[in-house]
Amino acid sequence: MTVAALLEGQSLPGKSPALTLVDYDHLGWLESEAIHILREVAGQCRNPALLFSGGKDSLVLLRLAEKAFRPGGFPFPLLHIDTGHNFPEVIAFRDHRAAQLGERLIVRSVEDSIASGRVELRHPAESRNRHQSVTLLDAIAEFGFDACIGGARRDEEKARAKERIFSFRDAFGQWDPKSQRPELWNLYNARVGPGEHVRVFPISNWTELDVWQYIARERLEVPSIYLAHIRAVVRRGAALVPVTELTPPRDGERVEKLSVRFRTVGDITCTAPVASRATNIEAIIAETAAATITERGATRLDDQTAEASMELRKKEGYF
Amino acid sequence: MAAIEASELVDRGVLRFLTAGSVDDGKSTLIGRLLYDTKAILADQLAAIERTSQRRGQTLDLSLLTDGLVAEREQGITIDVAYRYFATAVRKFIIADAPGHTQYTRNMVTAASTAQLAILLVDARHGVVTQTRRHAVLAHLVGIPHLVVAVNKMDLVDYRPDAFASIVDEFLDFAARSGISDVRFVPISALEGDMVVERGGNLPWYEGPTLLQILETADVSNALVDAPFRFPVQYVARPNGINRRGYMGRIESGSIAVGDEVCLLPTGLCTRVSAIRTFHGDHASAGLHSAITLELGDEIDVSRGDMLVSAAKPPAISRMLEASLCWLDAAPLDTNRKYVLRHTTREVRARVDRIDHLWNVASQQCEPAPPTLRMNDIGRVALSLAQPVFADRYADNQVTGSFIVIDEVTNNTVAAGLIE
Repeated sequence: MTVAALLEGQSLPGKSPALTLVDYDHLGWLESEAIHILREVAGQCRNPALLFSGGKDSLVLLRLAEKAFRPGGFPFPLLHIDTGHNFPEVIAFRDHRAAQLGERLIVRSVEDSIASGRVELRHPAESRNRHQSVTLLDAIAEFGFDACIGGARRDEEKARAKERIFSFRDAFGQWDPKSQRPELWNLYNARVGPGEHVRVFPISNWTELDVWQYIARERLEVPSIYLAHIRAVVRRGAALVPVTELTPPRDGERVEKLSVRFRTVGDITCTAPVASRATNIEAIIAETAAATITERGATRLDDQTAEASMELRKKEGYF
Repeated sequence: MAAIEASELVDRGVLRFLTAGSVDDGKSTLIGRLLYDTKAILADQLAAIERTSQRRGQTLDLSLLTDGLVAEREQGITIDVAYRYFATAVRKFIIADAPGHTQYTRNMVTAASTAQLAILLVDARHGVVTQTRRHAVLAHLVGIPHLVVAVNKMDLVDYRPDAFASIVDEFLDFAARSGISDVRFVPISALEGDMVVERGGNLPWYEGPTLLQILETADVSNALVDAPFRFPVQYVARPNGINRRGYMGRIESGSIAVGDEVCLLPTGLCTRVSAIRTFHGDHASAGLHSAITLELGDEIDVSRGDMLVSAAKPPAISRMLEASLCWLDAAPLDTNRKYVLRHTTREVRARVDRIDHLWNVASQQCEPAPPTLRMNDIGRVALSLAQPVFADRYADNQVTGSFIVIDEVTNNTVAAGLIE
């Protein structure tokens, strides 16, 4: 489907006074489900937060939250766990978007967790991706959050394929895949005891392609590094590794300047771009539809270490 | 993801379906085949299963694509419903992959609660077995509109038409006795790829649609479009100077227009809708599943858990429910305890007063009432509630006809109910 066709289906102010069946197309169906979920969080939870990184999935969450709660304010603050190894373009975008929305943004950093001894690094350049769990759980305890809304999707990873939309975490922040609460119809159970919380994933049923189609339909702004740009990279195995202060070239590696874009924007030390000439959203949609490598497979160096990496991280409290 | 190129394609929305079958009937292979042939499997996933297949000394095993968690791979079992996604040029598909062997009732009911179509896999060598009938009656109980019987492993019966025909006859006979009407049949070989996505060359005598064609064209129109208006209030927006107090929710059945008369339950007060607001502006009317904010002509006190309904056709306001209760928890039902019952956005305390009988899924017979319900039991029960709920029969409205039961101590979801 082209962007033009997607835009055609959009209800613009004053243009279509009758809201007919919204599931007439797949994006309408997904949007309606996600708004319902966000309002259930607001209705059921005492003190929720929305995890916002500046990445594309959390940008979609923010638009869905606008649709759920405007003209009022969001019934939750935005929370970002900053590894200190984020791409500056993404951090700038995060602050820009939070300010634009006029919503409260809480930032807690892995850097502080390291300084306070809560996180111990094996070496200074180690990926901080996994360590985010400590900082996140500390932030949840600090603010007493009973729900964290995240942008994880079931199509991303096989451990996520089995996770509930409302996913229970015990007092240690752990996910137990073997004893998940049954989830039927659209009746969600967000009840927790003291110190426990739920993670809520309103876009569980979206795929990478759905996300980009929605970004196009809603004309959402995205951080510039999602679009093709010229960047210094080295080839390491099948991956293109960006050359940064944190990830310098190794001996004998040749630095090349290539046209690349990021499909995910995580910790710099474990996020790799893909070769691309897609300089606008429509071109990204075309590339995504024709992609031959999964989103995380192409770009997340941390998921390739062991087939079960995500499952292990999730059990420890990861997003 | 399948390459989506045509620009003038119809978007037929989303179809949610479940796959069910007994052990070894090739369910994982079928899902793997659907994903593989619709190009939802990408090179790195394929490389991973090629490595595993080689390690185990097998040729490419498509069933590995649906392997999930470490615990499952270690034990070679599936422990939970998994969700998979693929899209073709015309429709997005969500597969609920329900494991067949253990706890099949719990998993089937969970997967079926959101599905519009069920694929029942039958092994062409073994025909309709007990497990097939169980899955069919559960799908029927939960009200899945479409049933597709996929007769798999046709390659192992030399693609003989009579093998297929006898299973069709056997199933139709059973379906007629069970009141199941909308059934379609397709002979396939998930292993060889015949009649799943591609027609293949081995079943020339079969002239019907492939499995994928059935999925792409299944009617997903929702009967709730024309059902009486039901709007459970999820959240109340405070007035902000410009807007009045707004009631946020989703239209779960019917439709609404500005000026329509609505009743607020539980109070029974009637008023008119004065505005339908969304992020994109105000609307004169709104249809099924619209996530909207409603404003009312009169300032009446509305909170989460209340329901705005059609004044002409309201639901029953009820403190007693008769329901089929599917027990999901390892700890059995305790009829001396109070539980929390969640019905739409409303939570009330509830007690099971009486178990009328147990429904035996295998024999489809009612059995005398047991003293309690255990995991995977389905019983016909009577509940009494501390406050009323606004209920329709499940057969008429799956949203206002369903509920879950929560244990107040563990906070677990312990049962699913279908209101009679």
